[in-house]
Amino acid sequence: MLPPDDVVALSRLQFGATAMFHFLFVPLTIGLSWILVICEAVYVMTGREVYKDMTRFWGKLFGINFAMGVTTGMTLEFQFGTNWAYYSHYVGDIFGVPLAIEGLMAFFLESTFVGLFFFGWNRLSKVQHLAVTFLVALGSNLSALWILIANGWMQNPVGAEFNYVTMRMELQSLAAVFFNPVAQVKFVHTVAAGYVTASMFVLGVSAFYLLKARDTGFAIRSFAIAAGFGLLSTLSVIVLGDESGYATGEVQKVKLAAIESEWETHPAPAAFTVIGLPNQEAERTDYALRIPYVLGLIATRSLDRPVIGLKDLRAQHAERIRRGMLAYAALTRLQAGDLSAKPEFERYREDLGFGLLLKRYTPRVVDATEAQIAAAANDTIPKVAPLFWSFRIMVGLGLLFLFIFAASFWFLVRRKLAPQRWLLKLAVLSIPLPWVAAELGWFVAEYGRQPWTISGILPTHLSASTASTGQLYFSLGGLVAMYLLLFVVEMYLMLKYIRLGPASLHTGRYDGETAPAAA
Amino acid sequence: MMLDYETLKLIWWALVVFLLVGFTVTDGFDLGVGTLLPWLGRTDEERRVMLNVVGPTWEGNQVWLVTAAAALFAAWPLVYGAAFSLLYPVLMIALFGLFLRPVGFDYRSKLADPRWRSAWDWGLFLGGTIPALVFGLAIGTLFTGLPFRFDNTLRVIREGGPGELLSGFGFFSALLALSLFTLHGAARLSGKAGGTVGERARQVVLWLGPVTTLLFALGGLWLARLDGWRIVGEIDTGAVLTPLMKDVVRAPGAWLDNFRRGLWPIPLVGLLAPLLTALAIWRRWPLLGFWLSSLTGAAIIGSAAIALFPFVLPSTLDPASSLTLWDAVSSQRTLGTMLLVVGLFMPLILAYTGWVYRVMRGPVTVEHIRRDAHGMY
Repeated sequence: MLPPDDVVALSRLQFGATAMFHFLFVPLTIGLSWILVICEAVYVMTGREVYKDMTRFWGKLFGINFAMGVTTGMTLEFQFGTNWAYYSHYVGDIFGVPLAIEGLMAFFLESTFVGLFFFGWNRLSKVQHLAVTFLVALGSNLSALWILIANGWMQNPVGAEFNYVTMRMELQSLAAVFFNPVAQVKFVHTVAAGYVTASMFVLGVSAFYLLKARDTGFAIRSFAIAAGFGLLSTLSVIVLGDESGYATGEVQKVKLAAIESEWETHPAPAAFTVIGLPNQEAERTDYALRIPYVLGLIATRSLDRPVIGLKDLRAQHAERIRRGMLAYAALTRLQAGDLSAKPEFERYREDLGFGLLLKRYTPRVVDATEAQIAAAANDTIPKVAPLFWSFRIMVGLGLLFLFIFAASFWFLVRRKLAPQRWLLKLAVLSIPLPWVAAELGWFVAEYGRQPWTISGILPTHLSASTASTGQLYFSLGGLVAMYLLLFVVEMYLMLKYIRLGPASLHTGRYDGETAPAAA
Repeated sequence: MMLDYETLKLIWWALVVFLLVGFTVTDGFDLGVGTLLPWLGRTDEERRVMLNVVGPTWEGNQVWLVTAAAALFAAWPLVYGAAFSLLYPVLMIALFGLFLRPVGFDYRSKLADPRWRSAWDWGLFLGGTIPALVFGLAIGTLFTGLPFRFDNTLRVIREGGPGELLSGFGFFSALLALSLFTLHGAARLSGKAGGTVGERARQVVLWLGPVTTLLFALGGLWLARLDGWRIVGEIDTGAVLTPLMKDVVRAPGAWLDNFRRGLWPIPLVGLLAPLLTALAIWRRWPLLGFWLSSLTGAAIIGSAAIALFPFVLPSTLDPASSLTLWDAVSSQRTLGTMLLVVGLFMPLILAYTGWVYRVMRGPVTVEHIRRDAHGMY
């Protein structure tokens, strides 16, 4: 009674689409909250009203975006239960923990104080209000921390063990789950990407005002904060990067090989393929341009450890599938009450997940043919081209951001920004690009995790609920309709308030609002 | 310091009930204000008064729902997966309703166009009403059971069409929940909304109090006639269990078993508190009225949980597959770890939430809206 393939495919489509949509709003929340803290801190220190206005104006845009983040986040939490019921059973003992901690430690904090951020200006002292803004930023960033610990565990499931009585993974060490190297690297990389997104947003919108020569004092101060914050953030995204996480965990090895289009294991240190055409059929990379040594250095931080190629990984996985069949056979005996199967199960338990990959081909697992084992092993090797290209576009965009922020900072410090209209135009045009980079980053992380929901533990096709396709078409249709409508509304309001600029605060200090008052 | 497994299981049952009560007491009045919005606010300014009564705090209140769901995931993964996947279509509809609130609150007053504002008012009405109805429907459905069983890998197998999910009692519970949340919203408004809106909300409390009592009483009578579920034989409640390790029978009136052990006072509070809410609001003691309507929510949720105990999700298809707090739970280590986290953060959450309410205390009037027309919701 496994969910049919079309139910699994539709569930994947729905989760992927709603997660990507949610992440259109998250990075701006994560980053803009700190920019609000910076603006307001300057206001508290200098007492200059323009910094309060900056906090309030960028705060308005923050609010428009935040509402969509909250709206789309709920869908994800519900979907684990509605669409991935077996996943919830199989790993809820561990995976549910960071989600619940996220609610208690982070989401409560962020959401309770966000109302006070908007409505508390006249009820709190300056320092109290700054503290509230800080707590909103802290909450949204802690929220990202726990979500990424949950996601990092899906990529590299540490601190857990299978219990054959309850038929699920159970928590062994929360510390191991928290300090999971994949999760920690992911967290730093993701929040820094959020800071870049928000910096580019503020930089681009401020550049738009500078190009139009409106509210120059307001715009140049915003531009300066965005340039400084953006430069630091881009450097940390690139320097800390995601790379150091790649060598850890089974799925990360596959991802690394696919991103680099490494079909064969080359002697260490491996060469880095800058560009080329991955050829999935022939399992080679055509027209590859390679730089010697570099991949080995990036991926293993050593000169002597090899980066294992996809063909060898597949061969290793076929072996693990065979051992997984033995684990499954022992598990079946254990379930039937035959405790003498325990040593056998202990011996092969590490590979139980690989045995479960066969369920797609034969429900009994233990009777798999060589052809079925080969097919299951082949499933563990992703399509290379989408990962190869997504990663390269993401990295290319990162380098572009570095250039924009560095140039902005340079001309700002030398007080020669105004004549550089090309740079201001480039900043405006680049506003959407960090979102492209962030979405591609998630695509690499999640598409590269297939065929697993939990790397090496639970295959995706087992994770789905036993739902009907009718239900899924209903929910997909409803979600697409609601999301499209809300997205159009959100973009309309966002653009409208950007065009209005700080005049939307009705303080009487900004361009375009004095006329009606004087009349 | 690790508590024994049986105690942890019981504590987590109480914590899940506590989180659901937290949701009812806090976000419950936000939902109720949504339901009342188009009816009690006759002008744009009156509606803005209503929105700004809940505007600064509703966001934090909603986290009770999010955290209750996440706690369910961590503490009762089998319940989370089974209940959510079995109730798929209704939960999706609730979700679509919930979508309209964050955007509705924030976007409505950002444009002056009356059609825009009116559209969002109805959006917020649906965003308050639909989740209230679905919440009640889901709780009511627990009493009539869902058509599922577990296979030997503990996968939820569902049989029967979507019609089998719905029961008359479920729909009745939906009405009770709507009445409860609307009463709570009206009680909140009668203290926090100045002028005519507050007065209209007071009238609503005066008749919704008795209605809530009546619906709750009828629900009790109906429950007495329903088939309940009962565990037969002994189970080792301190052991590691799966839902397939017990025998269960269905018996008429079994849902009232637990009250016979001296727990009648709790539903009795559920019957009296709505009447006392109306009485307090009639005597113009809005704060007392608000706490009494909160008590109503706690007593009704508490009564439902006690009636079901130790069941949390009964099965019509295979009574033995029914989920109870003894066999649908996470491991001892997870329950212990999560208890520490709750013990650490819950007092903190209650403290800062209390502080935020204190900062935002006092009524909201039309004058407030006029003074800060561009800053408020």
